[in-house]
Amino acid sequence: MIKSYKLRRGIANALIYIALAVMGLIWIFPLVWLVAHSFRVDPNGGVPAILSTTLFPKVSELGFDNYIGLFRDTMFMKWFSNTLIVATCSCIISTLSVLMVAYSFSRLRFKARKPFINVGMIMGMFPGFMTTIALYYILKMMGLTQTLLGLTLCYSGGAGLGYLVAKGFFDTIPRALDEAATIDGANRNQIFWKIILPMSKPIVVYTVLTSFISPWCDFILVKIIMGTEVEKYTISRGLWMWTDKEYKSNYYRYFLSGSVVVAIPITALFLYMQKYYVEGVTAGGVKG
Amino acid sequence: MTYTEYMSLNAFQRFWYKFTQFIKAIPSNLKNFFCAIGRGIKNFFCGIGRGCKDFVLGFIKGDIITKLSYLIMGLGNITRGQIIKGVAFFAIEVLYILFMVFFGGTYLGLFFKLEAVKDINYFEFMGKQMEQVVVKYYSNQILLYGILAMMVTAAFIAIYIASTKSARKNEEIIKAGKKPMTFMEESKELLDSKFHTTMLSLPVILICVFVLLPLIFMIFMAFTNYSDVNYDSFQWIGLDNFKEIFSASQGGGASMGYTFAKITGWTIIWAIFATFSNYILGMVVALMINKKGIKLKKLWRTLFVMTIAVPQFVTLLVMAQMLSNSSESPLNLIASMFTGEPSSIDVWSKANNAILARITVIVVNIWVGIPYTILMTSGILMNIPEDLYESAKIDGAGPVKSFTKITLPYMLFVTTPYLITTFIGNINNFNVIYLLSEGGPKVSDYKYSAGKTDLLITLLFKLSVNQNKYGLGAAIGILVFIVCATLSLVTFNMTKSAKNEEEFS
Repeated sequence: MIKSYKLRRGIANALIYIALAVMGLIWIFPLVWLVAHSFRVDPNGGVPAILSTTLFPKVSELGFDNYIGLFRDTMFMKWFSNTLIVATCSCIISTLSVLMVAYSFSRLRFKARKPFINVGMIMGMFPGFMTTIALYYILKMMGLTQTLLGLTLCYSGGAGLGYLVAKGFFDTIPRALDEAATIDGANRNQIFWKIILPMSKPIVVYTVLTSFISPWCDFILVKIIMGTEVEKYTISRGLWMWTDKEYKSNYYRYFLSGSVVVAIPITALFLYMQKYYVEGVTAGGVKG
Repeated sequence: MTYTEYMSLNAFQRFWYKFTQFIKAIPSNLKNFFCAIGRGIKNFFCGIGRGCKDFVLGFIKGDIITKLSYLIMGLGNITRGQIIKGVAFFAIEVLYILFMVFFGGTYLGLFFKLEAVKDINYFEFMGKQMEQVVVKYYSNQILLYGILAMMVTAAFIAIYIASTKSARKNEEIIKAGKKPMTFMEESKELLDSKFHTTMLSLPVILICVFVLLPLIFMIFMAFTNYSDVNYDSFQWIGLDNFKEIFSASQGGGASMGYTFAKITGWTIIWAIFATFSNYILGMVVALMINKKGIKLKKLWRTLFVMTIAVPQFVTLLVMAQMLSNSSESPLNLIASMFTGEPSSIDVWSKANNAILARITVIVVNIWVGIPYTILMTSGILMNIPEDLYESAKIDGAGPVKSFTKITLPYMLFVTTPYLITTFIGNINNFNVIYLLSEGGPKVSDYKYSAGKTDLLITLLFKLSVNQNKYGLGAAIGILVFIVCATLSLVTFNMTKSAKNEEEFS
């Protein structure tokens, strides 16, 4: 009996290993394809065709030309620094507003609290694309179209509406701590900075992470706000432009190498901060 | 039905019973929902009524300075020792009047007609009298600045009421023989008992300018005929955009009503499939990774999580290229490996084979979404008590049965809010559809070059960015909002998490 049980468990585990291996292959295949093709160059020095005739490039076709060309001949570095500036600034503004709103809704009691929460929830439900056109006109009114400042404000302006996750987290911090601090003479400002914030590292990291990554991934808002001002593009818009029909034949190789260059820091950041990301999502998203 | 009666039913009867209970509960849930809205509106107007009463009574009972400060804001503060506050109130009043006289008033006046104001300039050119039409105020300017003026007015009214209240309060304090608070004391209050004002003012201003203003702009836009044909001057057209969305075909051509109905149908099918396929498959994979005796757990998890970390637009654009119809795309290369002859599978553009494109987007979405579910559910899955599984095993339940009887009910119970947000996220899943198929395959009986895999959200994008039908696009946006909002409000109210908000504190 024991032997057959062991055997059965062994078979079940072997099946699971096979399934995981196959799925892992499928999941990693596009990424491997991306990396492999980013090193694919034309051995004669010309522009390689968009697609290779084999699944993976031949050894004779490998080289670093796409990466060298990316930094030397294109605006990639400019776009990279644009994105870095926008991401950093919007990350600071977004994190501050999210934490401030979440703390007010979680800990402070004032008359307009319930209505504010409901209105905030309802506003968050409108599809984001609806407002892009209007945002363009508003930036135009302020003279901020085709500027990085305008883009930053668009990314971080509505951040306060994403209070739900952080509020869910603050709600779980015991009230007794606040009360104890109040008895010791702290006012609410001090409670926020000295008690709540140090205890909410996961949620702070989560908010910073998500708001830092989102400008690297958005391409629609940039398309509308920046128009044809290629100098001011962020990285995702630039890479997306290279897959357009008129650029594709010449620039697809740079799209591939550029994607790898962007993906490396974000992937590293994400894998490093993964724990906080999970804690953040589960704090607000899951409740019995 | 009592519990024992319920337990004696078989699985189908139980399901049927639960299903009928769910259907029966819908009217009362909806009733509660609308009652809540009604109560909210009632409270709102009662609040306004009380406010007006206080406002008028305060004027009647107040002394001459209080009465005057209804006209000149801040007078009641300046004369009673609160100089900085009073000057601030007065400055706001002056600024508001200047704003309305030189800017807002003009646009508010034009707001109700919305047509552009044009000037005709006459000038002499080569001895002839010429005329040139110059647009003085564009319609979209009138709309935007009109809304801005309304929002400023609303903010001003709030400040005005606050100033009258403050004047009355000061009068009472003086009568009681005390001193009104100094500026320093009130500033200190902002860090403690009025800390919410400090914390909320910056985010609220940002939200008003970058979310609320554009939102109102777009909502109003849904009632205009704004499009590229009349970009400089458009009018209010009432509900015509909504009528067009629900209109039937006229004269055999492609109609908006048909397109809208079809795309809505596909959006719902897509949202259901995309949400539940990811949810269930992701949970199965997570269970496999976390099973006892499986080694290299961290490696497996990282393998899947890697795909989240790479920016989505990169992976999706790569996917689109890999699935393209070229005979050298990886899809066709792999296909020809199996068949032994060159293949040219065309996923996206065959109009008569839309089902292939639809299955492909769902499959690619599984590729995109499963890692999220793994990440989300791993921790919760670990919390399911192990003895449940053990006793199920002793009772003879196989892995499938223990999944459907233990894991799934438990997870559904805990992660309902997550499921709702994912469902709504999938209704609005722009990236997957737009970057993969751009809505294709396009078909001739859909209007505005919409295609078989278009969702409402990509239709909205196509209408407002590619086709420049801003009014129509905004109307569709409102409809999407209504669907999403009712869905999430009704379900959120049904789940307990909304009611037990204060439980932890």
